[in-house]
Amino acid sequence: MKGLLIISALGLLAMLAEIFKVKKIILPLTLLGIIGALIANYFEWNTTMSISYFDNMIVFDRPALAFSGIILCTAFFWFIMANDYFHEDTNVADHYSLVLFALVGALMLTAFKNMTTLFLGVEIMSIPLYVLAASKKGDIKSNEAGFKYLIMGSFASAVLLFGIALIYGATGSFDIAAISNYLAANEGNIPKFFHVGVIFMLIAFCFKVSAAPFHFWAPDVYEGSPTLITALMSTVVKTAAFAAIFKLFMLAFALSSPVWSSILAMIIALSLIISNFTAATQTSVKRMLAYSSISHAAFMLMVVLANVRNNSSLDALIYYSLAYCGGSIIAFATLHVISSNGGDESFTAFNGLSKRSPLLAFFMALAMLSLAGIPVTAGFFGKYFVFTNMIGTPYKWLLIMAVLTSGVGVYYYMKVIIAMYFKSADNETAVEIKMPIKFTIIIAGIVTLLIGIVPGMIAQLFKF
Amino acid sequence: MLAVLLILFPLFCSFILFISKGNSGRTIALAATVIEFVLGLAAFYLFKHNPDSNLLSYNCVWVESLNIHFAIEINALSLLMVLLTTFLLPLIILTTFNKSENHPSNFYALILMMQMALIGVFTANDGFLFYVFWELALIPIYFICLLWGGNNRGVITFKFFVYTLIGSLFMLIGLIYLYNHTNVEGHKSWAVLDLYTAGHSLTATQQGAVFWLIFIAFAIKMPVFPFHTWQPDTYVVAPTQGTMLLSGIMLKMGTFGVIKWLLPVVPLGLQEWGGTAITLSVIGIIYASIIAISQKDFKRLIAYSSIAHVGLISAGILAANQQGIQGGLMQMLAHGVNVVGLFFIADILMRHTGTREIDKLGGIRSMNGNFAVLFLIIVLGAVALPLTNGFVGEFLLINGVYQYSATMAAFAGLTIILGAVYMLRSYQNIMLGEKKDSSLAFGPLHANDKIVLVIICIAIIAFGVYPKPLNDIAEQGTRSIIALMK
Repeated sequence: MKGLLIISALGLLAMLAEIFKVKKIILPLTLLGIIGALIANYFEWNTTMSISYFDNMIVFDRPALAFSGIILCTAFFWFIMANDYFHEDTNVADHYSLVLFALVGALMLTAFKNMTTLFLGVEIMSIPLYVLAASKKGDIKSNEAGFKYLIMGSFASAVLLFGIALIYGATGSFDIAAISNYLAANEGNIPKFFHVGVIFMLIAFCFKVSAAPFHFWAPDVYEGSPTLITALMSTVVKTAAFAAIFKLFMLAFALSSPVWSSILAMIIALSLIISNFTAATQTSVKRMLAYSSISHAAFMLMVVLANVRNNSSLDALIYYSLAYCGGSIIAFATLHVISSNGGDESFTAFNGLSKRSPLLAFFMALAMLSLAGIPVTAGFFGKYFVFTNMIGTPYKWLLIMAVLTSGVGVYYYMKVIIAMYFKSADNETAVEIKMPIKFTIIIAGIVTLLIGIVPGMIAQLFKF
Repeated sequence: MLAVLLILFPLFCSFILFISKGNSGRTIALAATVIEFVLGLAAFYLFKHNPDSNLLSYNCVWVESLNIHFAIEINALSLLMVLLTTFLLPLIILTTFNKSENHPSNFYALILMMQMALIGVFTANDGFLFYVFWELALIPIYFICLLWGGNNRGVITFKFFVYTLIGSLFMLIGLIYLYNHTNVEGHKSWAVLDLYTAGHSLTATQQGAVFWLIFIAFAIKMPVFPFHTWQPDTYVVAPTQGTMLLSGIMLKMGTFGVIKWLLPVVPLGLQEWGGTAITLSVIGIIYASIIAISQKDFKRLIAYSSIAHVGLISAGILAANQQGIQGGLMQMLAHGVNVVGLFFIADILMRHTGTREIDKLGGIRSMNGNFAVLFLIIVLGAVALPLTNGFVGEFLLINGVYQYSATMAAFAGLTIILGAVYMLRSYQNIMLGEKKDSSLAFGPLHANDKIVLVIICIAIIAFGVYPKPLNDIAEQGTRSIIALMK
């Protein structure tokens, strides 16, 4: 909770900094603030099992703290990396405060215990992102991305609200615990519109994590937004959305799972097929990554589908989030470096990168191997945990499908590696990497390898 | 500790090579692999005199929450494979001594990394560790083929990579399924013996499913018909050393996997589906042999002959009797040596004459008599003439298949006749007869080429005449596996 307050205060301070013309201190202040929030998180983790605030509307229990820890860490490195993106801009303070507020929303999504805080979290997180997506004002694609994201996002919010309303109608409460108690008490006697409400909420969240067939916005928005904002969307936003999905579907609506799990299975199957086969035909790496993020969302949804409410499934979700965040931070950072060195975002821009910058090529290759799930990288154990969770369920066909489509996945990730190591570049000039980005890439790379070699570390770190 | 050293030493050398610059790479690599071979021999010696020595096994916890152990053991089965790997690697490195690669140190570093993974696959005693090494072996060979391969390598190596990766993911699912059924005092376990117990506890239908999930990975790796489509292209396009690694050792990962990770795991599944798998293997033998006969490119011919040979190995192993498995083990060793020799011959022909087309070659014997003799010995080994190394294994294999089914054995036996047809005919065309234009350029062999061929020929004859030391170990390993299948 203190973390949430610190980040909110930071957002306000960032806006004030504009007025008092002390823009230079925003970055150090933000970084310090995030570290402070992480420390506060750590102490809350150790002191009590869960503290509830505002009449049980927000509860920072251990899963919430774990997810917010991942979000804060990712945000920390993201800010370091994004430094030069902000510097070129005139409205630095605005952008800082927008990102910080999006972060506040994300943290709320990890800790809500009430439908109202859930909705607040979703909106606080999304609205700044609509603006940020369109923040390259001169670029028509960026404008399109922002606009598309806004329209589609509003639809999703409306569907979410409708779902909440229906559930409220059935249960008479916004409280998560009350809803799950209601389910337990009235088994076999639940009105149909309750289930409709649950499915509406599922659809809204599938939109947020861009699972097919609610994914149409993702490639365009990812492509149009400034690369670093895309990195933010695919890491922080996804993690937060999955924290919310975990709490809703694996805890609150678990008892109604017979109703929604077959729908979820279809969503996963569609996501796996559409994302992987479309990604394989892309010529732009950024669009490829957008589609690949759909496929990773499908993998994480599989953990939800497996619906085994024990620590191992939560571990799996947290581990997968971390692995995915590590991989995509590196990928988007590399993309950003290449495009700021005069390249575009196509596969051909990666040609001969191993000669232009061996370091960047190595870490990008590592990230691709991790996203493809090759041992001994983090991504492999992520997949492994998903498989172990899924194998006990009746959805074994989905597992087979996941295996086959990850074969396709290997194809497009390897395409990047082949381009970097195998094709020769048009221009052989060395790639210049700014220090902060180098730092972030190396740290993310080390994390990706480290938790791949010692996957037990995460489970040890987050003992629930 | 010796077992750990066998894995870590190549890894360590591979790191050194990755860092090192310049042309000292090949010397370091050769020295490293020779030392590794000495370590392998030391393991052999130790195993002979003190098989229970704790130097030969190692076990420590890797991931506690999942009960994954870093458990490796050199027993009779793995010892044979370790010997094969450590014996072939110095030869493979020696074959590169008179050509210059781009980025030589990286090339050798990848080869050594491959060795590490291969020895890991052969010695792993933990299901998860086995899978990790299995996948790790794929990455270096992929890059070897991709970066140093021939024309059109992008598409072909890609197919190879994706094909084998999908296969191994199925295996992973199979292994996880077994793991979920283990129960050692309330805990799940990845230890190989616990996986056997878990496999035995399944119903026949479940065992059948696990059989196919796991077998498909091995079938793709070997490859067994109809999973072989990646193989000929990959063998042809890979650099010679890559082909040697693939055919000489990596292929044995599949057959070894069947022996250790399939037969004792699902005996009922084997009863149910073994016949189908053997039929596929036998179809592969005949199919590949016939295609081999009509090949014009010598390297491609060897690639198909390799499918035929491995088909016989797989049929014999799946017959799951003493002769079949023991013959499979012996033939794995023999085939490893012979096929490396044959691919090296193809490489020498290519280097000296600029072509591998059988029709364009002829009369090389009169240009270089020594080469003709060495080539002939390797060909005889490959067609399994008595008193060469190929004979022992092939005889046992056909015997093993015969005990399973006489009809199958009749078809499988065709491999000897068809093998003789394509091997001897291509020898005849290339070495004997009229001298063709392209053969005129065939000069004397380089010293290192000669060394490699002579060592291979000595191995072929020595183990043909006196196979007992290896055969004893193979017999012992087979007995232990058969005991576990009950």
